[in-house]
Amino acid sequence: MIHTENLTKYYNDLCAVDQINFDISRGEIVGLLGPNGAGKTTILRMLTGFLRPSSGSIRVKDYTIEEHTLEIKRLQGYLPEAAPLYHDMLVYDYLNYVAGIRDLDREKRLPRIRHLSGLCGLNDVMHKPIGELSKGYKQRVGLAHAMMNDPEILILDEPTSGLDPNQIVEIRKIIKQIGKEKTVILSTHILNEAEATCDRIVIINRGKIVADGSTKAIKQSGRGESIINISLQNAVLQSVEDQLGAIDGVVSIMQVDKDDDILKVKLTCRSSVDLRGEIYGKIKETEWILLELNQETQTLERIFRELTREN
Amino acid sequence: MRQIKRIFIKEFTSYFLSPIAYIVISIFLLVTGWFFFTTFFLYNQANLRNFFALLPLVFSFVIPAITMRLFSEEISTGSYEVLLTMPVTFLDAVLGKFLAGVAFVAAALIPTLAYPITVSFLGRLDWGPVVGGYIGAILLGGAFSAIGLFASSLTRNQITAFIIGMAICFTLTLIDKMLFFLPRSMLGVLEYIGSDFHFQNISKGIIDSRDILYFLSVIFVGLYAAHMAIQQKN
Repeated sequence: MIHTENLTKYYNDLCAVDQINFDISRGEIVGLLGPNGAGKTTILRMLTGFLRPSSGSIRVKDYTIEEHTLEIKRLQGYLPEAAPLYHDMLVYDYLNYVAGIRDLDREKRLPRIRHLSGLCGLNDVMHKPIGELSKGYKQRVGLAHAMMNDPEILILDEPTSGLDPNQIVEIRKIIKQIGKEKTVILSTHILNEAEATCDRIVIINRGKIVADGSTKAIKQSGRGESIINISLQNAVLQSVEDQLGAIDGVVSIMQVDKDDDILKVKLTCRSSVDLRGEIYGKIKETEWILLELNQETQTLERIFRELTREN
Repeated sequence: MRQIKRIFIKEFTSYFLSPIAYIVISIFLLVTGWFFFTTFFLYNQANLRNFFALLPLVFSFVIPAITMRLFSEEISTGSYEVLLTMPVTFLDAVLGKFLAGVAFVAAALIPTLAYPITVSFLGRLDWGPVVGGYIGAILLGGAFSAIGLFASSLTRNQITAFIIGMAICFTLTLIDKMLFFLPRSMLGVLEYIGSDFHFQNISKGIIDSRDILYFLSVIFVGLYAAHMAIQQKN
């Protein structure tokens, strides 16, 4: 569906995007992840045809961005960062204008706007000027704008920024829904957002791709260590260290907290094996009472930090 | 073509959403009305010559004020990105906005039709120069709108856009009044460049193809430059 080859963008001398290659197929939800200034927005802007690449090529379906900018724009819906819209216009007038520019048939416009306003929760603000809306509502108007022509490719630049937790959940649901049939590319710097919504994650740092794959694959690729937290009653740190430290795969044991007779420890283990069963077996042999045992699933965050750390 | 029309309609209606439109129209009518009628009874002639003589000067600061927001506002709020990622070309955007500017100038001229009507009650008004004057006013408005649009495409700051546009329009208006400072060999060329010279020809009721061609070329150059300027931005 989308194919880029050695995509590069210079702002004067600054190289914002450096020889990026990727393929995105139909029905994928791809998350572009990276710290601020990594080049996420620049990549998205080039995909939409708003910025021209310094070198390299972009193909969308059979179109190239240089020759068929208009055709590509027709296939895409785009929500720019922070949804910059016309502040003087009413929400309804704006959506109507977009529907016109997007070449929707006159009789299909109203049903479509109604559908989108329901989907994005805009019913209450339809007749307010966009400039008077809160950030979250502006973002939703932007989303409705991007989805107006039911695009095959939806490109969203930080779609959930400025939304409250309930809205974030709703927007994620909508994105997942759309992602079943359509291609969605979104950028974010929030890790669990990428993990919750995307099939595939592309991590970008300083204009280069540093990791590309499914969430699972990226997690495994890191030299991750998994962390297991345990709370025990009637246990002494010394004997816990002796007993559990003997298990093959446990790298270190650290006391986190001691409260009366409850001992909380943190086990660092190699992530290649799941040690939870074995640990439970060991604990069962003793007099300790097991109050809590869980494995932290934060490895993506650590991988992200490892990959994007400043040198 | 349809995209141009949609952008035109959107831009034209959004003029009337903000108070600036009404302020600009009021000031325009106030200034032209005042200067026209204060001397009108002294001359004791039933014609609009003074009104049209004044128009290029008034247009040089009113029209850049009308056109300054067309691109600058979009660039500074970022809605420019929204506009250009929809299926429109640069040309659609430039032409749609230009036509909206010209239509607004025309809208500002409509109330001034009260002047010839009033004058025709006072004496025998020759309608030829009046019709010519209004045709010339639209052409001059088009030329200055194209210049203003170009100024607006250069910067995200509306004030800067206004000053650049006004500077160019003033130069074009005043250049043929500065001719005695300049060497004789350049006179012909500079007189031709001055917009006032061409406008005064038309407003006498003489519609000459050279004058029309002049205004069309200024419009073309302005739009072409604006087109290049926004294309350069990405």
